[in-house]
Amino acid sequence: MEHPYLFFVKLFELIGLAHFAHAYPHVIYSWIVMAILIVFGYLAAKAVTLIPSKGQNFFEILISGLEEFAVGVTGEEGRWLFPIVGTVFIYIATCNLIGLVPGFYPPTASLNTTLSCALVVVIYTHVIGIKYHGAKYIKHFLGPVWWMIPIILPIELIGHLARILSLSFRLFGNMMGHELVLGILFFLAGAFFAPLPIMALGIFVALVQAFVFFLLSIMYFTGAMEHAH
Amino acid sequence: MEATALSFFIACVTAAGFGIAIAAFGCGIGQGLGLRSAVEGIARNPESSGKVTVTLLIGLAMIESLCIYALVVALILIYAHPQAAAIAGLLGH
Repeated sequence: MEHPYLFFVKLFELIGLAHFAHAYPHVIYSWIVMAILIVFGYLAAKAVTLIPSKGQNFFEILISGLEEFAVGVTGEEGRWLFPIVGTVFIYIATCNLIGLVPGFYPPTASLNTTLSCALVVVIYTHVIGIKYHGAKYIKHFLGPVWWMIPIILPIELIGHLARILSLSFRLFGNMMGHELVLGILFFLAGAFFAPLPIMALGIFVALVQAFVFFLLSIMYFTGAMEHAH
Repeated sequence: MEATALSFFIACVTAAGFGIAIAAFGCGIGQGLGLRSAVEGIARNPESSGKVTVTLLIGLAMIESLCIYALVVALILIYAHPQAAAIAGLLGH
């Protein structure tokens, strides 16, 4: 399997940072995603009018749809959590989708990016729990009766660590699997448009995986905010 | 030494092949059961088709992720197990 040709890695080679570019393509492409999101966000929000322009309209539909869905899951008290999960969704969806452009590498196809997103979400879950319940947050981990604590506490702790693993590996596995299948199909039959159906599936998978990450984050936040059983 | 490293690699690759096949088998059955219930729900009550479809897609993504975990383990076995350097040297890369 030949090494994939990545535009921005080649660009960095031209300015002499070839070693950095080859070792960390996911960092470079996440900078590209950040630049795209900042530029589009700035352009859409520059002149906010009552009758929205196209860019403003797109972002309004996207953000209001996500916010209504998030508040539907968490209840009205969870509205202040929306900025972080909305950002997570938009960032992961854009990261996944730029992988479909030829010459670009999706940053989420590297475990570093997905692990960072998963760590942020899970640590924030605990921050929310401590903020809402204080020291009584530990009751979430102790189960319903006091004599089951030695069994329930390790299970709950392992469950929380497993959340980090599952969030990061689900997204990483989907994106890396997609990249591998594309690479193998290009190697086998690239001249016959064989990878095209996989790329169509890739659009679907990109959006669904971003949405699943978003939904699981909201559900974890809701679980931390509510009272222990 | 080279013979045991090579036979270890052959065992790893065989295990990876069987592992992902069994995972895909289980995942197919699981998603098929979910899909059956979703389609039955829509057939009973066509108006709920939007909500049922969204729930179905979320459920399918969850079940799919179990197969993806098995895929990641298979990839680790083929490409990233601790003997990878020795194996690569053996095969002359």
